[in-house]
Amino acid sequence: MSDETVSDERVKSLSIAQRFLMRPEMGSFCGVILVIIFFLLIASDNGMFNLDGVRNWSVVSAQFAIIAVGACLLMIAGEFDLSVGSMIGFSGMVLAITNVHFGYPMWVGIIAAFVFSVALGAFNGFLVIKTKLPSFIVTLAFLYILRGLTIFMSVTTTSKTILSGMKPAAEADWLAPIFGGEAFKFAFTWMAEKGWIDTFSRGSMEGQPVVSGVPALILWAIGLVIFGQFVLTRTRFGNWIYASGGDAHAAEYAGIPVKRVKVLMFMFTAFCACIFAMCQVTEFGSAGADRGLLKEFEAIICVVIGGALLTGGYGSVIGAGLGAIMFGVVQQGLFFSGAESSLFRVFLGSLLLIAVITNTYIRRRIIGAGD
Amino acid sequence: MTQPILRLENIKKHFGSVIALDGVSFDLRPGECHCLLGDNGAGKSTFIKTMSGVHSPTEGKIYFEGEEVTFHSTHDAIERGIATVYQDLGMIPLMSVSRNFFMGHEPTRRRMGVHLFNYKLANEVTMDEMRRMGINLRSPEQAVGTLSGGERQTVAIARAVHFGAKVLILDEPTSALGVRQTSNVLHTIDKVRKQGVGVVFISHNIRHALAVGDRFTVLNRGRTLGTAERGKIEESELQDMMAGGQKLAVLDSSLGGTV
Repeated sequence: MSDETVSDERVKSLSIAQRFLMRPEMGSFCGVILVIIFFLLIASDNGMFNLDGVRNWSVVSAQFAIIAVGACLLMIAGEFDLSVGSMIGFSGMVLAITNVHFGYPMWVGIIAAFVFSVALGAFNGFLVIKTKLPSFIVTLAFLYILRGLTIFMSVTTTSKTILSGMKPAAEADWLAPIFGGEAFKFAFTWMAEKGWIDTFSRGSMEGQPVVSGVPALILWAIGLVIFGQFVLTRTRFGNWIYASGGDAHAAEYAGIPVKRVKVLMFMFTAFCACIFAMCQVTEFGSAGADRGLLKEFEAIICVVIGGALLTGGYGSVIGAGLGAIMFGVVQQGLFFSGAESSLFRVFLGSLLLIAVITNTYIRRRIIGAGD
Repeated sequence: MTQPILRLENIKKHFGSVIALDGVSFDLRPGECHCLLGDNGAGKSTFIKTMSGVHSPTEGKIYFEGEEVTFHSTHDAIERGIATVYQDLGMIPLMSVSRNFFMGHEPTRRRMGVHLFNYKLANEVTMDEMRRMGINLRSPEQAVGTLSGGERQTVAIARAVHFGAKVLILDEPTSALGVRQTSNVLHTIDKVRKQGVGVVFISHNIRHALAVGDRFTVLNRGRTLGTAERGKIEESELQDMMAGGQKLAVLDSSLGGTV
């Protein structure tokens, strides 16, 4: 072999289309387009794509997206968190009990909820690192422990499992509107005045726009997706996340603090679950001990549909966000089109199966026929 | 003659009642390729793990650049410039070549107080370094999994050298490779040696060792059987030493000299 190199004639250069097909977001991107076309065809006359219809499914999508971002980064770092749903119930209840039972202002409750949930996330991560057990088992234990504790906590302090009536407190608080409020209200009022968007024609809200603003939940979802994708692909820490999930030994040997990366990702997942809970509690003014049931699985499904590998080391936050949009559209689309809502679960399961099969195929293509 | 960059004296390592190394001495000069030969179970792995800081020796001394050192971890050894490329390479197949190349040493650009991964620099350096080793990548964003075994070895070696390795320990770099890929890796070793890096080449394949080695040390049952210089020893002599002397002679005749 000489110093001069020749290009290997067996390596074909890839077209732009082929490159696109190899991107992890490809599946969920096509999925979103497909489901939107599908529901445009069957449900557009039911108001699904009116302004309030769009708001309706965007909120549902945003809920999925918020928890999917945390689950996505954690999965790329090579771990799972099955306690997300219980964490949602738990942190919502922490806020409700500090506010309703102990009478502290909302902002104290919100801070307490974040402190507790992020600390529990760290503890989850610490246990996984220390015991070297699969995170699947450790967080499955926490799925039960946290749910049980939440119910116990709310029953012993207030003898109820649903605490409500926090709406006025939330509206008067300085911190709560960041989660439960709406943004750009002026723009919607203005557009209503111009007659560009629909207004209520009857009742106490007469003359006001049907959609009064962008719910904070949606902004959180967009913000978190952008933040997650940025950290993952543009920063040094992002490379550490990929490496920790790709091969923890190799990463450690290269000097990456794998344990710290993983614990931080557990904390971030808990943080996302807490944002979800805070938005829910402050918007509706109530918290329930059974909130967030099965959310952990929905988050994981969004992530897998978004192209992440269950084995870690590969995936995309944008993909997970698109997976969440797809879910929101389908769940609400079935509702708008008057279809039986149980079909949603059939759809969810089928989609998961298709996604996992495609991802495995794509993974083989990326790392070649070898491994 | 140049001073050895790394010298290990009378290294003993016991694991409980098992004596893995029973007094091994070894030295390495800058810019040479010193082959460590031995059959399976001869103690090669234990010895290089001592060299790279994974194990601390039960007895014996390690000198680096003339100074006595103790390695408490691989990190200590890496700090000094002793890099090891293991058989499993420490590469992540799903990540791109440049992400792998800079894993743990990511070049950053500060933007508003945030350390951004400097892609442009990472990609350029990766392409350059790989070209210098004689590998033309399709793109630095190509996943490592798409490379051949020999190319992966080369990436791992180039990475270690780029990040300042003065001593490069290669654990069986050619044992899983085909003929052509082996030749590529041996060329890589030659290039690295010419840059002044000391290479410890572990192998049980004498032909690969003879192709590139300057000196040869044979380990057998945890002891050094001796060190020979290039050109002063025959393939068959090395082979006999590795197998522990007369045993192979018997085997050799029954196989018609094909081992």
